[in-house]
Amino acid sequence: MEAAHAHDRGHDNHAHHPYGIMRWIASTNHKDIGTMYLWFSFSMFMVGGVMALIIRSELFQPGLQIVNPDFFNSMTTYHGLIMVFGAIMPAFVGFANWLIPMQIGAPDMAFPRMNNLSFWLLPPAALLLITAQFMPGGGAGVGWTLYAPLSTQAGPAMDLTIFAVHILGMSSIMGSINIITTVLNLRAPGMTMMKMPLFCWTWLITAYLLIAVMPVLAGAVTMILTDRHFGTHFFNAAGGGDPVLFQHIFWFFGHPEVYIIAIPAFGVISQVIPAFARKPLFGYTSMVYATASIAILSFLVWAHHMYTAGMPVEAQLYFMYATVLIAVPTGVKVFNWVATMWKGSLTFETPMLFALGFLFLFTLGGFTGLVLSIVPVDVQLHDTYYVVAHFHYVMVAGALFSAFAGIYFWLPKWTGRMYDETLGKWHFWLSLIFFNVTFFVQHFLGLAGMPRRIPDYAVQFTEFNMISSIGAWGFGLAQLLFLYIVVKTITRGEKAADRQWEGADSLEWTALPSPPPYHSFQTPPVIK
Amino acid sequence: MSNGFGKHLGAALALLLYPVIALAEWKLNLQTPNTLTGEKIYDLHTIITLICVVVFVGVFGMMFYAVFKHRKSAGHKAAQFHENTTVEIIWTIVPAIILIAMAVPATKTLIEMRDTTEAEITIKATGYQWKWGYDYLKGEGEGISFYSALSTPRDQIDGGNSEARKKNPNYLLEVDNPLVVPVGKKVRVLTTAQDVIHSWYVPSLAVKQDAVPGFIRDAWFKAERPGTYRGQCAELCGKDHGFMPIVVEVMDPGKYAAWVSEQKKNMQVASIADSPTKAWGKDDLVARGEKVYKENCVACHQATGMGLPGAFPALSGSKVVNGPKAAPIALVLKGRPGTAMVSFARLSDVELAAVITYARNSWGNKVGDAVMPADVKASR
Repeated sequence: MEAAHAHDRGHDNHAHHPYGIMRWIASTNHKDIGTMYLWFSFSMFMVGGVMALIIRSELFQPGLQIVNPDFFNSMTTYHGLIMVFGAIMPAFVGFANWLIPMQIGAPDMAFPRMNNLSFWLLPPAALLLITAQFMPGGGAGVGWTLYAPLSTQAGPAMDLTIFAVHILGMSSIMGSINIITTVLNLRAPGMTMMKMPLFCWTWLITAYLLIAVMPVLAGAVTMILTDRHFGTHFFNAAGGGDPVLFQHIFWFFGHPEVYIIAIPAFGVISQVIPAFARKPLFGYTSMVYATASIAILSFLVWAHHMYTAGMPVEAQLYFMYATVLIAVPTGVKVFNWVATMWKGSLTFETPMLFALGFLFLFTLGGFTGLVLSIVPVDVQLHDTYYVVAHFHYVMVAGALFSAFAGIYFWLPKWTGRMYDETLGKWHFWLSLIFFNVTFFVQHFLGLAGMPRRIPDYAVQFTEFNMISSIGAWGFGLAQLLFLYIVVKTITRGEKAADRQWEGADSLEWTALPSPPPYHSFQTPPVIK
Repeated sequence: MSNGFGKHLGAALALLLYPVIALAEWKLNLQTPNTLTGEKIYDLHTIITLICVVVFVGVFGMMFYAVFKHRKSAGHKAAQFHENTTVEIIWTIVPAIILIAMAVPATKTLIEMRDTTEAEITIKATGYQWKWGYDYLKGEGEGISFYSALSTPRDQIDGGNSEARKKNPNYLLEVDNPLVVPVGKKVRVLTTAQDVIHSWYVPSLAVKQDAVPGFIRDAWFKAERPGTYRGQCAELCGKDHGFMPIVVEVMDPGKYAAWVSEQKKNMQVASIADSPTKAWGKDDLVARGEKVYKENCVACHQATGMGLPGAFPALSGSKVVNGPKAAPIALVLKGRPGTAMVSFARLSDVELAAVITYARNSWGNKVGDAVMPADVKASR
């Protein structure tokens, strides 16, 4: 008996704080799983970034100097797939895991074991995407959009890619089920829906989008698979099918997908700006409704990605009107953020700099989206570098900057250590400047008529391509500084305060120490 | 302190990039339009961009004002207001009105762009991996038919001859046989494709229409001025997507008529040269086959006949190429579904017989016989 007691006492601490490799492999802890998502996301960001640098290096000058066209097409494809599914989406899931339980006063996610599976599905999927490069014929050079019949014609790498997409979808769907259940059921007493931090609202809405559209993507790639190997002709006219059917199915997923990426980014910004303005978020209720409107509208606009595919004019008109409408709730959000800053008491630490960068540049990207939504203009710009510029503004200067803002904002909370403010500012300015050098000139390339996804170009496009490539290298190298900053913070950052940011008022700041205990809120906090 | 970093970095970069920028001809806008539709699109784009700039400056003017005047370091204390229903309604309704205002002229232009009726000339553009084919279906020039492929020499592209490339203003935008149309006539372009989706795109004629295999789409243009207008394929279609340009020569009516009669004469000569009753010798077939190979096969199977291991099979030493005639004939006629090897049944009996004969007698293959056009015809 005595021995048993001693045994128990000895294990008291260990039982609540696993260690070693099994801590991570078998984790059911939202903080550890959040950390793993974020590190995975960063490593994918590096892989996708190298692919981007290969692309931009080839495009530095006219002529084919570095890679052959097949490999170039493969790089553009996997750069897109890895950045979208491997880097940016997992980053925001990492934020969701870390923050949602703490912000609503819950001890963990609703389904901690499923949470583990959601994460651990990702490394095998990433491995598939990387391994695809080494299949006979090389990686599938079909674009991240996987259009048929090019994708039904592609080599064996396409099958690995399809498999990876299925796995990624499963991960997202399970994660979304977890998030919805957590937000709806595990809020502490007194934490009503309309008292929740906006970040939690944005993830609740995003989770519904994911559940709705990931199965659609799965359907689309499965139809490609069966057209390739099992005798179907979904996308083959000779068999009674239609290649454009793929585009409809894909973009029905694809448009909500871009909001799946953007809406959590909005959520992060809605936490950061009020904290550094020392003023509550302006128009909380409006912000909730605007986010929900954006999400619902996102289902109704998909064919603006395919205006030139040959749909009837009535369809083009409908999609133009519907697309132009999305600008309204998005504008409302931008105005509300500026109104939050208005007459605040502003300081400009690194998180706020990235948030302001987001505000300015995401809106610019939104405006080029508006230009593209107008069909006659889109006829000139579809499948040109104008589109490439547009989506990099909203995804990089938008979503990625928002993720950086979030990391700098919450790193003190998660690690209990402050990052180096001077280095953080260097990272911001280098990223901001080189991002714009890379992508602003691409608007001009598109207007001048340079198509997308070409490894070589006519001489009139030379100068802006050179500028863009220089910018890309600068931007890429600046991200190594970010890695250094994060590692330096974790290993020898100065101790952070529990409420590091005086303007931050969500539960993780007001009711938990920095770093928070391994298990927080095992008794629910009291919310007034 | 935070602003200092940005200013210094920005200045350094501007200095670095200045020589590059100074050299660039400032191509900042859409290409000069050569159709009335193109002019409307150009103006639409200008107006929309201007509206966006005005709103952008307004909103971010306020943001930067707040950044400078409402900062803690200047002593500004935070107000605590956090909602205002009136203002929310205003900044919902006003943008909606602006957007409707944009959509109205766009609607009108779009409806005009989609009206392809009453065309004076109708041409079908077929996208192939990786060239275009043009068939004049109706109107002056009816019956003319040809392929149009990139004519920039390979050594300018593959890094060998960068000096020539630098002197070539039409690098990657030149073809062997341009599409020729008369000025001032409504030309309807039907687009389709043989294999995967392509897209027929000529910016200065304001046309972009996807070419979908198995389906017919259409677009139209009416060129206002004679000249040469260049475009590119605008839908990823595989390896040489960036190497299948479009060149449209717009001619005065007299010159167009002369071109039409010359084309018709050439087609007569070609059809006599390839008449079904002609007797072909092996050497003639091999010579012709080498031409056909260069135009259709070299992109994948390479000039060495070695293909690309794992991706495109080698023809040199290939069992199919070197075995009984029936197999290679069937292969080029049917293609290999599920791979990049499409059917080449669109080529003539002479062309297919020639290219198979060439393959069977090149790169170390020494079959020694000739495949006759009649053999191909019998297998169709």
